[in-house]
Amino acid sequence: MSENLLKIENITMQFGGVVAVDNLNLEVNKGEIVALIGPNGAGKTTAFNVVTGVYQPTNGAVWFQGEKIIENHPQGKMKAMYKGQHAGEYSQILAPTPDKVTRLGMARTFQNIRLWKSQTVFDNVLIAKHCRVNSNVFSAAFRLNRKEEAEQRANVEALLETVGLADVKDELATSLPYGKQRRLEIARALAAEPQLLLLDEPAAGMNPQETDELTAFIGEIRERFQLTIFLIEHHMNLVMDISERIYVLDFGELIAQGTPAEIQNNKRVIDAYLGVSEDA
Amino acid sequence: MKRESKSGAWMVLLGAAALLVLVTALENTLNPTSNIMLFMALQKGAVYALVAVSMNLLNGFTGLFSLGQAGFMLLGAYTYAILTMPVENREAVYYIYNGCAVNFSLPELLGGGPVGLVLGVVIALILGGCAAAAVAWLIGLPVLRLKSDYLAIATLGFGEIIRAIFQWDKLGPVTNGANALKSFPTFSSFNIPGGLRLSTFMAFLLAGICIAVIVLLINSTYGRAFKAIRDDEVAAEAMGIHLAKHKRLAFCISSFFAGVGGGMFVMFANQAQAKTFTTAMTYEILLIVVIGGIGSVSGSCIAAFLYVAASEWWLRFLDTEIILSNGFKVPFLRTGFRMVVFSIIIMIVVLFFRRGIMGDKELPDLLRPRRKEGAGK
Repeated sequence: MSENLLKIENITMQFGGVVAVDNLNLEVNKGEIVALIGPNGAGKTTAFNVVTGVYQPTNGAVWFQGEKIIENHPQGKMKAMYKGQHAGEYSQILAPTPDKVTRLGMARTFQNIRLWKSQTVFDNVLIAKHCRVNSNVFSAAFRLNRKEEAEQRANVEALLETVGLADVKDELATSLPYGKQRRLEIARALAAEPQLLLLDEPAAGMNPQETDELTAFIGEIRERFQLTIFLIEHHMNLVMDISERIYVLDFGELIAQGTPAEIQNNKRVIDAYLGVSEDA
Repeated sequence: MKRESKSGAWMVLLGAAALLVLVTALENTLNPTSNIMLFMALQKGAVYALVAVSMNLLNGFTGLFSLGQAGFMLLGAYTYAILTMPVENREAVYYIYNGCAVNFSLPELLGGGPVGLVLGVVIALILGGCAAAAVAWLIGLPVLRLKSDYLAIATLGFGEIIRAIFQWDKLGPVTNGANALKSFPTFSSFNIPGGLRLSTFMAFLLAGICIAVIVLLINSTYGRAFKAIRDDEVAAEAMGIHLAKHKRLAFCISSFFAGVGGGMFVMFANQAQAKTFTTAMTYEILLIVVIGGIGSVSGSCIAAFLYVAASEWWLRFLDTEIILSNGFKVPFLRTGFRMVVFSIIIMIVVLFFRRGIMGDKELPDLLRPRRKEGAGK
């Protein structure tokens, strides 16, 4: 196996008395497409939110590019309430905000599309470049960063060309059809120049044709941008098609992991998820 | 697209220059005493335009609903007044407190004369803005964690507190307590005796420069980040925009220009007194922002002039009783009726222009051949 890009280590996320993610361990290697699947409410999105810094985990650590970026342990009231494992193993508190995590090289999309509604397609992507800007507010306001700005615009232009949105770049983001909005959200994430792309149900609400297009699109961008992709998805066709490895969550716990073929024949997974809700 | 925005910039620059020339021409051809209302409206309009645009930067472009504008104006106003008042006048102005604790004046320090005056005034205005920005940074630390209405209430409270502090007796040697500060350089100080009258020109020039800087900021990468925060905070943060930093930045910059606007307001009003910077003033400015269009700089400017002209000038006649030649007394006309009519006009405007006069468009957008618009809202 190649180099380890993302490592989730003993992550437990407990909200009050509810354990949403229980002792999750998973690894995403460089260049892989890894899927996280499971029934609704299994804690997939919670796991995503922990990795991207939206939630601070109750216990455990997250490693990215060989560096520990997130770590926490139960404190205060949570100390007595904590129901998970590995208590006491972690002593540091590392809680970067989501923007910091993004700047480290991890960009995400959202389950329910969150584009900047009043902005054009072009501006949506251009704004995502802001986190890579070197100029300060004065040099930006007085146009001393003209070179950087021009470079950014050229980059965005090229990016839109690659993802096939160049012809609609001056339209309002919200006026695009649904499938293209999804594509735009991915393009926006790519503009932040990530190593790891996190896709939260990229095919949610898509028809079979759009799903096929998306499957091809994800494969394409991985090749072109040398990305590692970690996704949550319910469309089993898409998941089985493109992922190299799959993790299955149920009630916050990891119940299986392996290649698509292994997962498809796993008894526990079929009982918990595949068997009952194939088309859900 | 880029060429288009460049030609737009030239258009705006040309328009601004033409406006300045027009104002100077008006000022030097019309009789200043018989047209006093016109020039008053123009000067106050310019000041309010600047303050409204600074508020729009925060409320319209960053999506932070703040009502502290009058408080920041007050900071700028006092800083300006205290730093520019000629030393020889201080004894008379601060007579209750036996003179002023601050005994220098920037225009005099800079050598006096026209050069000292211009430099001193500009530097004092900038320092006034800096004072407002510094205070904004401090109160921003706790306050900017709040959202929408809560932020509005917190900043509203800040404005009231600042006003109370500046009226405090113990600070009298600096702020002159509840009494007015007077006899500092005003817009009319820029009229060259026996030569060009430049008071309104000065108001327009200062406001124009400040608004231009705000526009440049809004169109820069930071301005785009502000708009992203307004549209969707969660997405903005996920795309690497540091929320706390950018909100604080917008808050401080907005306060800076509110401070400069406060300094200009006392230049217009000829005296600085804490009791003028009430919450009602913030509401006036908020009204201008809403009428002009939340998220439109040109809308704020246009609305500022319309608002000031309508409230101070055009409707004045409603306040005086008129008896026609046949002895018929026109009903309703009496002191205070102006404000009734004015309120009704505002309600009508808000009803018919729900998103303000300009919506979130700018003036050059309207002049340009209309872009193909999508089906979106």
